[in-house]
Amino acid sequence: MKRYIIFLNIFLTLGLWSCNKKNEKEVQIVKAQNILVEESISENDSLKKFIEPYKSSIEDEMNKPLSYAQTSMRKNDTPYNTAIGNMMADAVFEMANPVFMNRHKNSIDGVLLNHGGIRAGISKGVITTRTAYQVMPFENLVVVARLKGMQVKEMFEYLSRAKKAHPVSNMSVVVDDDWSLEDYSLNGNNVKDDEYYHIATSDYLVNGGDNMKFFQKADTVYQIDYKLRTLLIDYFQQNDTINPKVDDRFKKN
Amino acid sequence: MKRRDFIQYSVLATSALSLPYRAISKVASGDESLKHITILHTNDVHSHIDPFPMDHYRNPGRGGVSKRYTLIQKVKAENPNTLVLDAGDSFQGTPYFNFYGGELEFKLMSKMGYHASTIGNHEFDNGIDNIAAQLQHAKFDMLSANYDFRNTSLDGLTKKHQVYEVDNVKIGVFGLGIELEGLVSKNLYKETKFLDPLEVAQEQIKTLKEDYSCDLVICLSHLGYQYDSQKIDDIKLAENTSGIDLIIGGHTHTFLEIPTKVKNKSGRTTLVNQVGFAGLYLGRIDFYLGSRDQHTSKETVFEL
Repeated sequence: MKRYIIFLNIFLTLGLWSCNKKNEKEVQIVKAQNILVEESISENDSLKKFIEPYKSSIEDEMNKPLSYAQTSMRKNDTPYNTAIGNMMADAVFEMANPVFMNRHKNSIDGVLLNHGGIRAGISKGVITTRTAYQVMPFENLVVVARLKGMQVKEMFEYLSRAKKAHPVSNMSVVVDDDWSLEDYSLNGNNVKDDEYYHIATSDYLVNGGDNMKFFQKADTVYQIDYKLRTLLIDYFQQNDTINPKVDDRFKKN
Repeated sequence: MKRRDFIQYSVLATSALSLPYRAISKVASGDESLKHITILHTNDVHSHIDPFPMDHYRNPGRGGVSKRYTLIQKVKAENPNTLVLDAGDSFQGTPYFNFYGGELEFKLMSKMGYHASTIGNHEFDNGIDNIAAQLQHAKFDMLSANYDFRNTSLDGLTKKHQVYEVDNVKIGVFGLGIELEGLVSKNLYKETKFLDPLEVAQEQIKTLKEDYSCDLVICLSHLGYQYDSQKIDDIKLAENTSGIDLIIGGHTHTFLEIPTKVKNKSGRTTLVNQVGFAGLYLGRIDFYLGSRDQHTSKETVFEL
């Protein structure tokens, strides 16, 4: 019995103490500092050694030279269309079309990618496999959506509202001062409401990415089993110099 | 008026920003009765395991896990009562992810002694089953309170929250993730259900405060710092809740020079911090906790 009382006592004391403790502590002072991980900081040896085998097995492939960039290009260089975005969309048009034709006996009318999908710029100089991985780290596939003219129109309206240099190819968009859609064309032609068009894009966008809702209304999405990154690597290998330009494909009056 | 005493330290701190880390000033924290808890944090590291190459146009030689680990160890040597946290998107961004699927990211975070992380949208890039598979390499807690993973392979592999007791201070940490629809393909997140972050946060705060008597409540958020739209973000989360001491944010790759002080629902301050991306920065917050009656000033002093 005595033992129980002692135990109970300890229990109560602890209980009270932890109760007090609860009310006792409050934040008196807060300090903060966001520390730059500077070049001069030494690397932890054991961690570096741990990474080494993972690193070396991918290094050889990554360092393979593919092409040469005549100038540096970043996705925010210009407001309505960018050299790097134009290169990517044009590369998709050029490289995906033969595959699509071969497999599905049709041709691509235009290409739409997303500005956010350009994950890095390209610096002037040698383009390697690593560059392609930096620009397109994701495993996204190129797909072709069959859209009715009505949905193509929605696509152009989306582009005017987005106020972003989403990469496009083989189409043109003109917006007015208030970003309202003024003019557009696909494959050099006007878009007819009831005709079908083939827009090459990525599986990310066709699945609702970046709220490109018009893609969800596609009556068919054709697979061509071509990763966007692989396509870029192939494009770089086919072109020994890369020097894309900004043009009038998306312009604001 | 306490604030005035600390102004000079703030000035010092600013001028010392280029130093890798700053020793905690003795005057401000000299009170032995105060409990000192350090929070170190990252977000959106995106598989940046190596430092940026020396020919990088903006960040030559910066970042990298083995440099970050040196910093973490220095801070821990200074204050062993340190928690290391991450706010998601540790996956995707370099070939390390493409080749190894996140294994190396999780192994390194484990080796660096991370306590917890949360699930960012890019964690889903190789599918939800890949997250489940890679979690075998994680020795830290994966915290996610507003994704319902029932009917997915992640069911049971994550926790809503975790309470860490450090030097008798109870620190409750919970995780919040962003709406996946429209951001991640459904075939990747499968049957994951997104629950309202604000409602879930309120439940979590209540649980951590009332059931676990936490002294500090920290939210690991992958919601994003701030949007012009109605979309929930860290600032709105801070404004519309009370009881969160610190929101460690991610997703928007926002680099804050100093944490943002937000007046929360009860008129107190909730801090929101986010440190860009790619492991270029390590966020550090030092909390000094003491008994209420020890100080005449009831206001928390922020030396930011």
